Amino acid sequence: MSATATFAGRALGLSRRRTVRRPALAGLLAVAILFPLFFQPLSSVTDNVTTALAYVVMALGLNIVVGFAGLLDLGYVAFFALGAYCTGWFASGFYAQVDHGHGISLGVSGLVAGQPGIHLTFLLVVVIAVAVTAIAGAVIGLPTLRLRGDYIAIVTLAFGEIISRIAINGTDVHIFGYQLTNGRQGITPVDPISLPGVGTFDSTLTLRPYYWLALALVVIALAVNVRVRESRLGRAWIAIREDEDVAESMGIPLVRTKLTAYACGAAFGGVAGAFLGSYLSAVNADQFQISFSILIFAMLVLGGLGSVSGAVLGAIVLSLINTRLIPDILLNLPSKVGLNFDMSQIAFGIFGFLLLIMMLLRPQGLLPERRHRLALERARALRADPRAASDPREHAGGVLAEGPERAPGELHEREVR
Amino acid sequence: MSAVATPALDDEAGALERVGLRLRVIDRLRNYSLLAVLLALPVYYTVHDLVVTGSLSRIGNNLVDGLSNGAIWALIALGYTLVYGIIELINFAHGDVSMIGAFTAVGFFGTLGLSAGMGVVGLVLGILLTLVVASLATGALGVLIERVAYRPLRNAPRFAPVLTAVGMSFILQNVGLLWLGPTPVSVPDLIGSATPLIHLGGVVISRGDTLALLLPIPLLLALSYFVERTRLGRAMRASAQNPEAARLMGINVDSTIMVTFLIGGALAGAGGLIYALYQTTVWYFQGFTTGLIAFTAAIVGGIGSLKGAVVGGLLIGVIQALSDNRIGSDWTVVVVFAYLIAVIVLKPDGLFGERGRNAG
Repeated sequence: MSATATFAGRALGLSRRRTVRRPALAGLLAVAILFPLFFQPLSSVTDNVTTALAYVVMALGLNIVVGFAGLLDLGYVAFFALGAYCTGWFASGFYAQVDHGHGISLGVSGLVAGQPGIHLTFLLVVVIAVAVTAIAGAVIGLPTLRLRGDYIAIVTLAFGEIISRIAINGTDVHIFGYQLTNGRQGITPVDPISLPGVGTFDSTLTLRPYYWLALALVVIALAVNVRVRESRLGRAWIAIREDEDVAESMGIPLVRTKLTAYACGAAFGGVAGAFLGSYLSAVNADQFQISFSILIFAMLVLGGLGSVSGAVLGAIVLSLINTRLIPDILLNLPSKVGLNFDMSQIAFGIFGFLLLIMMLLRPQGLLPERRHRLALERARALRADPRAASDPREHAGGVLAEGPERAPGELHEREVR
Repeated sequence: MSAVATPALDDEAGALERVGLRLRVIDRLRNYSLLAVLLALPVYYTVHDLVVTGSLSRIGNNLVDGLSNGAIWALIALGYTLVYGIIELINFAHGDVSMIGAFTAVGFFGTLGLSAGMGVVGLVLGILLTLVVASLATGALGVLIERVAYRPLRNAPRFAPVLTAVGMSFILQNVGLLWLGPTPVSVPDLIGSATPLIHLGGVVISRGDTLALLLPIPLLLALSYFVERTRLGRAMRASAQNPEAARLMGINVDSTIMVTFLIGGALAGAGGLIYALYQTTVWYFQGFTTGLIAFTAAIVGGIGSLKGAVVGGLLIGVIQALSDNRIGSDWTVVVVFAYLIAVIVLKPDGLFGERGRNAG
């Protein structure tokens, strides 16, 4: 296939996909909205999928930092923790001593209103969580600005571990007489979510409102991911990922752009953390282990770093493996073949193995990123410099992502060269 | 500049010289600030002890504990630094390799039937034999990891081997978990680790301290002989300096990298053995913490520098012991990681690192 034909095919595929995508997405959304109605209100399926959706929000957040801006953040659990603690602090009876035991209530109704402790409405908690985690993200990002990939990984890993240790040891930390965290005992119960116009969710009756709320958060996160990627800022992130020095020489302010990536990515972690804190009705230091960061990272690797649809798919698949497949279905597999352990013990070994074989066999992920216009530009660059065609990240990836019409052309093009 | 140079050129040279001077001053300042940060805790507590109790025995004991721990960290840090020096990869699985070394040692103690009641000769021979076995096992494991997880990704984007390293680390942790279970396992206290051996004023040096401080010395001497004097060691240094040029000179870089992983792994195994004898407990998660502490040590010393790994290990060991004893062992990880971040921010090349080669 000649380069011009490929070009035309790409353009065609692009426009065809655009027209096909809208109804398909709407259909998918409709199915997602109706999904919990097929199950009992308290079904464990709804429960697992709700958790998976919260993980999707986190994966999309981390995708901004790692996938778009190329900053290897291995400490994402810190933002999950901070977001969750925002609900623990501001939507529970944990600080029972405030206002001399009368408590502070704002925008909440029902049982928790007027109880001791701080009880803010979920929307307000989310706003606080976004602010806290965005600032924390930028602060954690600061020392890494001058560093290269693997050093960023180690600094963020260290920050994540510091935050999780502080969460565990927080029982000993008092600020103006207020205990910082409740360590491994956990802050529980946390207020159920109440939204204006919807009322208070009751997880003892039905999990569906939580599901729908999580779905709404996913839709917002998706919209932000897609829109920002196309924006000036998103293109700046991708430029930094591809080549920092070139990006800088093209006039992209590195410091501001990188810090924005950290802050945006962290904010989604905060939102998901605030949601999970309320949903699980507990904020426990044991939730915030370093392995959680790796789990979220593995979701991105599975789906394809930088790919929005990949992040969604990876998050749902790994989350369901984590919450359903391993603890429920495969739990007793080893004992059936005569081994003396259960699968949940080695869950993270399985994720580690997955990470390893994905990187070795399919480093571009299941649904590799497609960069509409950028890909076109790359194709133009390919003609000028065929050596660039051997970049596996760009090309082998195209096959699955671009749909069947384009795949043969891609392959052919590569073979000819 | 000679007299024939035009005034403009002269000016330029002067300006360059001034810039160079300023850079050197900044470099010095960074070095001093790094040293100040590293010595802050030891100096503070020394002065504190002098003023409050008038005795140095507590800080002395802290130092002994710290240096003994630090000797273990140094052995593990050498593996990080060797590997980073040659392929510029942070081998995240290295700490877990040392954990496997500790587990192998504990298993082999059982195989040999070593017990604290045995005679000194039998015990020493048994421990030395275990040292060989554990080092060989972890050396082989290091080579295996390199072959499986890193070599196929030699030309991949930089983040790829970092992720396989993390994956490997998780796999090894779970191997450890299935091997000796999810809780810490106590090791027979073969050497009477806590038994005092030497009293120096108020400072007590236990048998464990002596072992941890003495056993690494021959290993370090052997390593430095190997790297400095032998053909393979020279090949290692050449490959670290410039892999392409080394290849052109007829050095088999792949097998040199393999040897590096073998040595790094073996040292981590020795570290694991000493850890098991010194701490008298092992568990599957020890590799994560020891790995990050040893990595901090490698960074403090300047990653890529063997001397730096040893000095960094001892320094971090002292900081860790001070934190354990004064601040509380729950907070040690926080303190050490705060140091890690501080060092990376202040001077990513560490104390002995070569400028410009590593980070930044």
